Amino acid sequence: MKYVQGFYPILKKKNTANGIYEMDIHAPEIASRAVPGQFVHIGVTGHSLRRPISICRIDKEQGTIQIVFALKGQGTKDLAKLEEGFQLDVIGPLGNGFPLLESDKKVVLIGGGIGVPPMLGLSDYYKEHAKAITGFRDQSIIILQDAFAENGTETILCTDDGSAGRKGFVSQPLEEMLAAGEHVDMICACGPMPMLKVIAQIAEKYGVRCAVSLEQHMGCGIGACLVCSVPIKREGETEFLHVCKDGPVFDSKEVMW
Amino acid sequence: MANLKVNIKDVEFKNPVIVTSGVIGYGREYEEFFDLSKLGGLATKGTTLHKRNGNPGKRIVEVPSGLLFSVGLQNPGIDYYIASELPNLLSKGTNILSNIAGNDEAEYCKIVEKLNETDAPIIELNISCPNTSGAPLGTSCEGTERITKIIREMTDKTLIVKLSPNVADIGEIAKAAESSGADAVSLINSIHAMKIDINTRRPFFHNNVGAYSGEAIFPIALRMVWEVANAVNIPILGIGGVTTGEEAIQMIMAGATCVEVGAAIFRNPYAPLQIIDEINAWLDAKGIQDINEIRGVVQPWER
Repeated sequence: MKYVQGFYPILKKKNTANGIYEMDIHAPEIASRAVPGQFVHIGVTGHSLRRPISICRIDKEQGTIQIVFALKGQGTKDLAKLEEGFQLDVIGPLGNGFPLLESDKKVVLIGGGIGVPPMLGLSDYYKEHAKAITGFRDQSIIILQDAFAENGTETILCTDDGSAGRKGFVSQPLEEMLAAGEHVDMICACGPMPMLKVIAQIAEKYGVRCAVSLEQHMGCGIGACLVCSVPIKREGETEFLHVCKDGPVFDSKEVMW
Repeated sequence: MANLKVNIKDVEFKNPVIVTSGVIGYGREYEEFFDLSKLGGLATKGTTLHKRNGNPGKRIVEVPSGLLFSVGLQNPGIDYYIASELPNLLSKGTNILSNIAGNDEAEYCKIVEKLNETDAPIIELNISCPNTSGAPLGTSCEGTERITKIIREMTDKTLIVKLSPNVADIGEIAKAAESSGADAVSLINSIHAMKIDINTRRPFFHNNVGAYSGEAIFPIALRMVWEVANAVNIPILGIGGVTTGEEAIQMIMAGATCVEVGAAIFRNPYAPLQIIDEINAWLDAKGIQDINEIRGVVQPWER
């Protein structure tokens, strides 16, 4: 059986930024199989639909996964109320992660807001060979900067309002880097669609491979109910694929921006 | 262990629990959670004559005690189903209900012609899809009668007609299906419903309305199953918000022979199997030897 649903204890819960929570979950079956970019589907009491949340970090030795999520609706609010020790209802790992090159390749990780967490899993893999460009609306919701730095991943922080780091969007440092002729083997990105679209355009302009992680409202999480559709170009045809099973990571050239 | 076997026409179901159309695709994904042979049956994704891409935009949202969805029958078309999915499904040791939908009578006929060439044992005729354009045939007695008669004349397969709740009197529609040759009726399909984003002032779904499924609709579905049980003599497959064995038993007591489980599987992938276990445990606890003993036993109050 490829899919597992189980109850796994929350080891640690922390409110790390304004409306943002970090949870470590002891789930050896999930940790042993997970790769960066995959997600878990979490059941919260009183909610008919599970909440898909991308995996931030994977510790195969400790058998733990870390998730970082923002309070968006009642489901994530109820999830954030759960205490350490609570047995969380989790299905995972689900979806396809980011393509992994050899770990000494030069990879640029781009995260916007709550799209930053899956980039840390990639930083854990590429370490000092990766650069992380992360963007946030303002300084109150900045997350995970220290963790990138501890990996040796160079971080470039941007905020929309200039309250921390560079003022402006993540696309600017990326374009400067590529325009200066810096060699990049791949760009991996997760964040809002308008951000991903601009990143994809820059990647195309400079001929750099780019993988993006998309988001969509989900039902089953495994590709059976067909609700999380996204138009994808493959072999000249537009296919309505599903973020949960065919993604969430797609090649940026396949996405119908 | 009580006897859980039930029959619809000459098809035996090892237990009364069927996973409903639309939540389980063609079985390949949930098969990675559990052995499909444990199910009484599996109703396939509604399949049309030609491939359909489904509705644009968002397709699902949670609402109190349930969810709204608007898929619009995304499916690869009947030829692909017959060539690439049906043979696999038929090897799984459970009853397969081939759920089919057409834009018009001619399309239904072409689909059934193709299915007639296969070993598919059961057709679930979806004349009630809530998320495609136009009023489905199943919203009038005349439409139900016409399509059921046409299909009945074409096929000897077990024919289940799936009914819409978005009608004034579902008992009358069920009678129309029965008198036109349906072997059974399944109900309810989902309830027309809506959500508006107050910030954008737009309906959540591009189709403007969607369909309500989940726990919230169980009492409505149960009432309709009971009304239909009082109106027809053919078997009924009860659908709508069933999440527990207790609710499945209510459906059976109201008159259902089988129970289809839908949205519950999203929250708990093992829900269909747990429902089977709970039905069995309740029958054992009550010393009831055979599930068929409780079908339709609800004793209405005199009024």
